[in-house]
Amino acid sequence: MEYIGLFNYWVFAVLLMIGMYAIIAKRNLIKKLLALAMFQSAVFLLYITMNKVDGGTAPIIRADVQEQVFSNPLPQVLILTAIVVGVATLALGLAIVVRIHETFGTIEEDQVYVRDRE
Amino acid sequence: MTSFAVHLPVLQVVVPLFTAAVIPLLRERSLAWAAATAASLCAFATAVLITVAVRHSGPMSYAVGSWPAPYGIELAVDAFSALLLLIVTGASSVALLIARSSLDLEVAESRQYLLYTAWLLALAGLCGIVVAGDAFNIFVFMEISSLATYILIAGGSKHALPAVFKYLVMGTIGATFYLLGVGLIYMMTGTLNLADMAVRLGEVADTRPVLVAGGFITIGLALKAAVFPLHTWLPNAYAYAPHAVTVFIAACSTKVALYVLLRFDFFVLQGNLSGHDSWFTALMLPLSIIAVLAASVAALRQRDLKKILAYSSVAQIGYILFGAGLMSASGLTGGIVHMFNHALAKGALFLAVACLAAHGATLSLEGVAGAARRMPLTAAGFVAAGLSLIGIPGTAGFIGKWFLVLGAAEGQPVEIWLAIPILLGSLIAVVYIWRVVESLYFGTQCSTAGTVREAPWWMVLTLWAAVLGNFYFGLKPGLPLELARHAAFGLLAGQE
Repeated sequence: MEYIGLFNYWVFAVLLMIGMYAIIAKRNLIKKLLALAMFQSAVFLLYITMNKVDGGTAPIIRADVQEQVFSNPLPQVLILTAIVVGVATLALGLAIVVRIHETFGTIEEDQVYVRDRE
Repeated sequence: MTSFAVHLPVLQVVVPLFTAAVIPLLRERSLAWAAATAASLCAFATAVLITVAVRHSGPMSYAVGSWPAPYGIELAVDAFSALLLLIVTGASSVALLIARSSLDLEVAESRQYLLYTAWLLALAGLCGIVVAGDAFNIFVFMEISSLATYILIAGGSKHALPAVFKYLVMGTIGATFYLLGVGLIYMMTGTLNLADMAVRLGEVADTRPVLVAGGFITIGLALKAAVFPLHTWLPNAYAYAPHAVTVFIAACSTKVALYVLLRFDFFVLQGNLSGHDSWFTALMLPLSIIAVLAASVAALRQRDLKKILAYSSVAQIGYILFGAGLMSASGLTGGIVHMFNHALAKGALFLAVACLAAHGATLSLEGVAGAARRMPLTAAGFVAAGLSLIGIPGTAGFIGKWFLVLGAAEGQPVEIWLAIPILLGSLIAVVYIWRVVESLYFGTQCSTAGTVREAPWWMVLTLWAAVLGNFYFGLKPGLPLELARHAAFGLLAGQE
C-alpha cells in the first residue's frame, strides 16, 4: 500500500533516470535536449507532488467556506518559475543546435566533434 | 546616506538588470558599450560601498518589498558575499574596459549590443546569487547568469558552439540537481530562507531526504563550479569564448558556484548532518588534490594559450576546495582568499592574452613566438601575472597558498603531507607558465609575426592596472584577508 501511495515519487525517479540516461546515451543533439527537458520535468513533478494535501483544494479564502483543507500553493509558484527557466534553456539549446547545424552541417554529436577538430 | 545604504544589496542586482533591458534600445555599438561599462562600474561602486558598510557595521539584511524574512525574500550580505561581489563586479568592469576593441575582432559590429545585454544579465545573475538569502532565488539567479554566459561564450569562434552545447547540458544538469536538493529540503522544513533552513533542519537532522538533498546540492554545485571530474565543460568553453568574455567568466563564474557550495555545506548542512565534516573532507580533499595535479599536468600538454590557462583554472579550483576540505579556520581562510587572488592573477593573464590577440595573432605557442620583441609591455605583463599565478612571495597568489600550507600544517601530523601536492602544483605551474614565456621571449618569429604590434594603449594600461593589483594585494593583503577571515569564521560558526 505504501508503495502505491508513493506512485508519483516513483514516476519522478524513473523519469529522472530515463532523462539522465538519454542525455548520456543519445548521440543526436536534439534528442539530448529533449532528454534534458524530461530530466527537468521529473523535478517539476517532485515539487508538484509534495504540495498536494489529501482532499486539499486551491487556497482561496472565502468568508462562507470554513474548515477547508488547502494544498500548499508555494511549490506550484516555485515550479512555475522553474518551468520558465526550463523553457528558456531548451530554446537557447535549440538555437545553438541550429547554429551547429549551419556551421558543421550535422547534429550528430560524434560527427560534430570530428568536424570540429578539422 | 544611511537610508541609501540600506538599499545597496538590491541596487547591486537592479542596476545591471535594468540597464540590460535598456541596451537593446540603444543598438549602436559604442552607446551599448558605454551603457554596459557604466552599469558595471556602478555595480563595482555599490560593491565597494557594501564592503565598507559590512566592515563597519557587520552583515546586512534587506527585506525585498518590506516583507520580513523568512516569509519574504531576504537579501543577506556578509563578509564572504562582500568579497565575492568585489571579485564579480571588479572582473566585469575590467573586462568591459578592454571589451570594446577586443570584441571588434570576434563579433560583428551589428550584433555587439546583444552581447553587452547578455553580459549585464550575467553580471546581474552573478551578483544576485551572491546577495540572495534564500535557496530558490539563488537557483533563479544561477540560471539567469548561466543562460547569459552560454550566449556570451557562443559569441566566440565556431569551435565555441560544440563547447557551449556541452556546457549548457552539464550546467543544466547541475542546476536541476541543485533544484532537486532544495525541493527535498523544502519538503522537510517548509522554508527556503537559508538562515531559517539551518535552524529548522535541526528538527529533522539526519533523516534520509536531508542526506540525499545534501548529496544532490553538493554534486550539482560541484558541476557548476567545475570541480575536478566534473570539469570537462570548462577548458573548451573558456578557450573559444571571445577574449574579453574569458577575462570576465574565468575570473568569477566558477567561484560564485563554489560560494554557494560552501554556503550550503557549511552554513546549512554542517550542523544538521552527523559526520558531515568527515564526509565532506573524504570527498573533497582527494578530488581537490587530484584536480591540482591532474589539471596542472593537462595544462602542460596544451599548445593553445587559453587552454593552458583554462586547465590551470581547474587546478586553482582544486586549491580553493582543498582549503575548504581541511575544515580548519586557516584552511578555509586560505581557500577563500585564494578565490580573490586567483581572480586577480587569472584575470590579468587572460587580459594579457586578449592584448596578444589584439592584432589577430593566433594564440598557440607557435603563434605568439617571439612576440615579446614587438609587444614588450604585454609580454612583461604576462610574466608578472604568471608569477602571481605561480605564487611567488610578494604577489597576490602567494597569500592564498601560504594559508593553505599553514592550514595543512596545523592539522594532525598526517595532514602536513597534504601540503606537498600544493607545492608540487605550484612547481608544475612554473613549467607551464615558463613554456609560454619561453615562446614569447625566445621563440623564433614565424612569417605572420610581421603584423604583430603592441595592443592599443588602454588595453595595455588595463592589463598593467590588473598586474599592479596583483602586487599591491601581495604586499598589502589586509582587505581580502580580513574579509576571508570573517567569512571563514562565519562559515565555521555552525560547527559544534
